[in-house]
Amino acid sequence: MSETVPARPPRRRAYHWLAALPALCMLGGVPFANRVEPYVLGLPFLLFWILLWVVVTSGVMGLIYALDEAAARRRSEGAGAASPDERAGGVARGGR
Amino acid sequence: MSAALGIIVAFLLVLLALGVLARRGRTMTLEQWSVGGRGFGTIFVFLLMAGEIYTTFTFLGGSGWAYGKGAPTFYILCYGAIAYALSYFLLPPIWRYATEHRLLSQADFFVAKYRSRSLGVLVSLVSVAAIVPYLVLQLKGLGIIVSEASYGTVSPALAVWLSTGALVLYVVISGVHGSAWTAVLKDIMILGVAAFLGLYLPYHYYGGFTEMWRAIERSRPGFLTLPARGMSPAWLISTVVLTALGFYMWPHTFASTYTARGERVFRRNAVIMPLYQLVMLFVFFIGFAAILRVPGLKGAQADLALLRVSKATFPEGIVGIVGGAGLLTALVPGSMLLVTAATILAQNVYRVAVPGTSDRTVAILAKVLVPVIALVAIWLTLRPGNALVPLLLMGYNLVTQLFPLVLLALPRIPLATRAGAFAGVLAGEATVAYLTLSGATLATLFPCWPEAVTDLNVGIVALLVNIAAVVVVSVATRRAFVDELRVPAAAR
Repeated sequence: MSETVPARPPRRRAYHWLAALPALCMLGGVPFANRVEPYVLGLPFLLFWILLWVVVTSGVMGLIYALDEAAARRRSEGAGAASPDERAGGVARGGR
Repeated sequence: MSAALGIIVAFLLVLLALGVLARRGRTMTLEQWSVGGRGFGTIFVFLLMAGEIYTTFTFLGGSGWAYGKGAPTFYILCYGAIAYALSYFLLPPIWRYATEHRLLSQADFFVAKYRSRSLGVLVSLVSVAAIVPYLVLQLKGLGIIVSEASYGTVSPALAVWLSTGALVLYVVISGVHGSAWTAVLKDIMILGVAAFLGLYLPYHYYGGFTEMWRAIERSRPGFLTLPARGMSPAWLISTVVLTALGFYMWPHTFASTYTARGERVFRRNAVIMPLYQLVMLFVFFIGFAAILRVPGLKGAQADLALLRVSKATFPEGIVGIVGGAGLLTALVPGSMLLVTAATILAQNVYRVAVPGTSDRTVAILAKVLVPVIALVAIWLTLRPGNALVPLLLMGYNLVTQLFPLVLLALPRIPLATRAGAFAGVLAGEATVAYLTLSGATLATLFPCWPEAVTDLNVGIVALLVNIAAVVVVSVATRRAFVDELRVPAAAR
């Protein structure tokens, strides 16, 4: 079944963990941000806090996307034929 | 007929016309019909998913909870962003596998991964059970919109019957294929109406946002923060975790990932979609603005807040446009839910139970099931009780139980075994059923535990029971399952 595997899967990278950051801050901060004052941008503080991390989520995912795209470009430019390391990476990812 | 109701009927006719246009001149195979030939790009997948996400729940339920409960409604803004971040990593491997194996439905994923048709049936039944409260929610919303816009000439019960009739008609005419285009119309409408009302009402009635919050704080101290018990921070965090994990487990959402042309589509959407959530802010503003203007709506009545405050503020014509937007947010997702439930029962349950059923019979059965499911939903809708938000949370409790199975199935050889998968789903769903039917919460079960624990959403308890069952049974049966998977798949 492996003959139809579509385009190479991206590799796992350390910076992918950044994606967890906004969620942890948003939820972890709720007990402390659970207040009305100060109003920020005309919003009660708790609502502002949540809004802030929703926007940051988009920014962080944009950053991860840009880094992944750059890495994919380097990979396709860097090797007309995939390096052995590249192949091993693909297999290791698919296996357990 | 009131002018408002007339405008709503006009919206319905436009929607039906779009449905006819979307269908014209197409003969479709099952694959084209259900997953659009797997050729959709970023914009279309975005619209399909957004079409499923912005429903009458966000429009009426979100404002209703802001009106009735205050700060706990903020949870709605949280879970989408987390689900989208997760989707960046979760959806590409699901899409790759689905494309490689030409899967059509959510149940197919479980059947293929765990090599078990009966697991597919179990998952199908669970997802239909989860869809029903979601559908009931749309019908309740429709009933509210029609009866409110009629200014008292149409009773809520009659409104539910009429609007469900319209829903079934829409489904019969358009199938699922009209949904991407009608989703465009729906999203433009809801964005426009929500932004207009959400900005206009606070200025019109209070002179500004900070003034509005101050006025609410004066009359309802503590309303803009989470209470210390009940819907406390612990409740919000656990509910957000539960709903974020369940976000893509809805059968229609899961299967709509199959429509993508490539995996980059999901990565782009993960960047854009959190911002799309911001529409919810306006919806909250509408509910909050209604608090001091149309006071006295109790319990499930709070869902009327958006329409009542519109009626108190605007002439009938504008109320009609607001109602029309509401109609779209209920009909478009409602039709998708109805089609999904009918297709699942015909394709993934009946066909497995009765081998040798032809494609034609399945297609006919699916169409026959549409009004049957609608009738069941009407019956449940007309029973008194539940507000919109608790209905959705009930559906989420059911559907989130599938998350561990999906996650553990991502490696080439699933980390959970078939027996483990069965044990997990059955244990999780049994816990949900018990807790829902008995109305138990952790506070009633364990009165002496600290509130930070007893305020947790009970769905989390079911999820933990589920995970424990998956792990224990999978460890016990792992060797046999792995040996079986190593054998070339003759059984498939």
